[in-house]
Amino acid sequence: MEWETVIGLEIHAQLATKSKIFSAAATAYGAEPNTQACAIDLGMPGVLPVLNREAVRMAAMLGLAIGAQIARRSVFARKNYFYPDLPKGYQISQYELPVVEKGELIIDLEDGSSKVIGITRAHLEEDAGKSLHEDFHGQSGIDLNRAGTPLLEIVSEPDLRSAKEAVAYMKKLHQMVVYLGICDGNMQEGSFRCDANVSVRPKNQSQFGTRAEIKNLNSFRFVERAIEFEIERQIDLIESGGKVVQETRLYDPDKGETRPMRSKEEANDYRYFPDPDLLPLIVDEAFIETVRASLPELPDVKKQRFMTQYGLSSYDAGVLTASRPLSDYYEAVVAALGGEPKLCANWVMGDFSAFLNKDGKDIADSPVNAAQLAGLLRRIQDRTISGKIAKDVFEALWVGEGDTDAIIEKRGLRQITDTSAIEKVIDDVIAASPEQLAQYRAGKDKLFGFFVGQVMKLSKGKANPQQVNELLIEKLKG
Amino acid sequence: MNPSAPAAMHEQTIAQLSAGLAAGQFSSAELTRAFLERIERSNPQLNAFITITAASALAQAQAADVRRRQGQAGPLTGIPIAHKDIFCTHGVRTSCGSRMLDRFIAPYDATVVERLNTAGAVMLGKTNMDEFAMGSSNETSFYGPVRNPWDLNAVPGGSSGGSAAAVAARLAPGATGTDTGGSIRQPAALCGITGIKPTYGRVSRWGMIAYASSLDQGGPMARTAEDCALLLATMAGFDPRDSTCVDRPVPDYVAGLNQPLAGLKIGLPKEYFGEGLDSAVAQVVEAAMAEYRTLGAETVEISLPNSQLAIPAYYVVAPAECSSNLARFDGVRYGHRCENPKDLLDLYTRSRAEGFGAEVQRRILVGAFALSAGYYDAYYLKAQQIRRLISNDFHRAFEQVDVIAGPTSPTVAFNLGEKVDDPITMYLSDIYTIAVNLAGLPGLSLPAGFVGQRPVGLQLIGNYFAEERLLNVAHRYQQATNWHQRTPAAFA
Repeated sequence: MEWETVIGLEIHAQLATKSKIFSAAATAYGAEPNTQACAIDLGMPGVLPVLNREAVRMAAMLGLAIGAQIARRSVFARKNYFYPDLPKGYQISQYELPVVEKGELIIDLEDGSSKVIGITRAHLEEDAGKSLHEDFHGQSGIDLNRAGTPLLEIVSEPDLRSAKEAVAYMKKLHQMVVYLGICDGNMQEGSFRCDANVSVRPKNQSQFGTRAEIKNLNSFRFVERAIEFEIERQIDLIESGGKVVQETRLYDPDKGETRPMRSKEEANDYRYFPDPDLLPLIVDEAFIETVRASLPELPDVKKQRFMTQYGLSSYDAGVLTASRPLSDYYEAVVAALGGEPKLCANWVMGDFSAFLNKDGKDIADSPVNAAQLAGLLRRIQDRTISGKIAKDVFEALWVGEGDTDAIIEKRGLRQITDTSAIEKVIDDVIAASPEQLAQYRAGKDKLFGFFVGQVMKLSKGKANPQQVNELLIEKLKG
Repeated sequence: MNPSAPAAMHEQTIAQLSAGLAAGQFSSAELTRAFLERIERSNPQLNAFITITAASALAQAQAADVRRRQGQAGPLTGIPIAHKDIFCTHGVRTSCGSRMLDRFIAPYDATVVERLNTAGAVMLGKTNMDEFAMGSSNETSFYGPVRNPWDLNAVPGGSSGGSAAAVAARLAPGATGTDTGGSIRQPAALCGITGIKPTYGRVSRWGMIAYASSLDQGGPMARTAEDCALLLATMAGFDPRDSTCVDRPVPDYVAGLNQPLAGLKIGLPKEYFGEGLDSAVAQVVEAAMAEYRTLGAETVEISLPNSQLAIPAYYVVAPAECSSNLARFDGVRYGHRCENPKDLLDLYTRSRAEGFGAEVQRRILVGAFALSAGYYDAYYLKAQQIRRLISNDFHRAFEQVDVIAGPTSPTVAFNLGEKVDDPITMYLSDIYTIAVNLAGLPGLSLPAGFVGQRPVGLQLIGNYFAEERLLNVAHRYQQATNWHQRTPAAFA
């Protein structure tokens, strides 16, 4: 039988607010346990929550960026359950009335087509603390630094049909929240994590199969592997006469498998009800318009602009607009150079990105800024150096040997464009290679490359390649 | 008593004490010592205080005297008061009447405490209360029942029974209380003092340990409406730490006290005078209405047709909210923790079973049930709809009348132990007060007479933010009568 996979993702994006969603405590990651937890985060008797306006603004930004409706009235509810890292015994979360509803995101598929993925809702909620099970000799430590950190839970429609689509969607959403500056996107620190609802059904059946929910996937790779494993597990199960049960499963990255965590029968009754400590959240038109005016150029729009304004291919434009810092850097290089967008694109996507990767650096920490890279490209443009030599200069720039012109001078890398000097090198090469000359003249055209190579080698790469070509053709004719 | 001799300090109202301090007749230190001595003498009988903060009270009193010498004194500077043990007090045990918090030292001050401290009031101690404010007789306190100063065999009412008894027995000239279903007004009535539950949102709930968040409201308890006006003027006002607190100017309650009552229209809900009301209590209330008519007011019968739904709605909403509010008392971070828990579930269940008393456990269970899947619509949602009906009743009533009056409680104080095993009868003690909380309105109870030795309270209900009017209507009555001046013989 042919099977179809149905996937919906619930993504938790930690909002990049300075303080928590209902208290003034800081949200910074990595502090000593319980140093960023105030009386409110600790769930002390008598404390009350006050909503962080910035978290609402960020939720609205996402809503507007995905073409969603921003609810004029939304409600915070209490989700009641006991857990040691949940200080109040309930989590404050939007339940029946979320702040963002009915948006969509367009993802690019591998075959070059694109697909619209519906986003059911995005709601604000607070994170819980962390239970630490190591180093406490059979006891558990509780760190409440994370308790009360604002989260935006973004729920997709069951529109995804493969693990690859799920990853493409997750990447697109990741790009979006980082672009908007509402989430740092750091998946290792848990700032962007995903639960996947996965089911399978016979192809052409309209009814959904029973789904399993895979919890807490914090890398694109895990999402893909976990979903693939889960699809196979469900198909195998059904084909061997079994039945998928609705349950929550955990992905074990070491074993590459999903395992049951709890079944629906054991599921908690969360006893949701509107939080009486918080009034309904009312947002007005003026607030929404202010947020709308503050939206940056969104990735898809920017990509189109790069294609038309700079004449870049869809691929190049996609790579360069993948992140805001990269696109900003690229545009700064083009502006500083005053043109040559394709040359700039090649360098930003090529050597520049490769060096960043190699050193594990962010653009903000790059030792070569946009003006410096433009300075280097200007020397290619005015034929002071060749593209090949420029790679060496770039490396020297990267390690801080000074500016482009100083490096060229110090290392004597200036390109040889003097015809007589190049002719002298050619003459030396021809004189040293009588055999190859004879063969070439006998019709072995392939040897032209050999002579070019020799000339470049003898000139230490400095001879202008175009001139070398032209002069060699003449000289080899005899 | 020799009529020409000045009244003893403990016999004076806050307004009189404030004048005495201003005139230099006595210092705050002297005044505070006098009340501390009375507490020391009488508290063993009454059990009105859980914690007595003598040392810090004297320090506060001395600071108040310094402040007065510097010309920085306000009307409450140097006035000793007591705080219900539901308000967090920095560095002082805040027990909420529960074993759960028996050793809990609050790390911060409630807004109400902070405001009164800033005004220079002196905290004598923390008063006894029903556990987590759940009770109408003060018998659910982990620290034992409070006794009614008018009759030591009687309950003082609840849940602010300690505050009411302390004021009635002249152990403090004023106290704070909280009112979720009548917890200021009913004990005020049963102890023969004056207490006001303000409009929901008038007084900050920050630092006031939550019972039922949508109903809880703090307020003052004192001998007179004038004293309540003085205290409320300091307690009320916007607090950005409480999202349900209303940003609205606080009127000068004292300045409004003397407005004449001519033309005042008082509504008497027929539902508050029907079955279940003790006939002697009804007579007292009728006499009070006659007094009001001589003061120029007009009384008219009105109807609040959904009154009978108030108690059932309350006993869904309040337990539902409490089941969630009290989840934080889990033995993990603070509060009672059982010995040697064998696992997490054991830690939770035993800590909570040991830490909470029977009534608190009953309400948590009722509330958790009302919120559970499949019952939410039938109970919680329905109760919220009833709240709307009840609010609408009041809304219509206030189109016809300025204030509503009736008995605060259907009977005078009952005997200790009399209703303790019968929660439903106990709940009926709040039948006239609960609807006011469900609607979020202000309500006041003032002494209007006695049945035998036991006081009767008259309840006045006002429109939203009509505290000024309620205090005025109560004050004019107190200018014309002396029920509020009666002192229990044993504590004169």
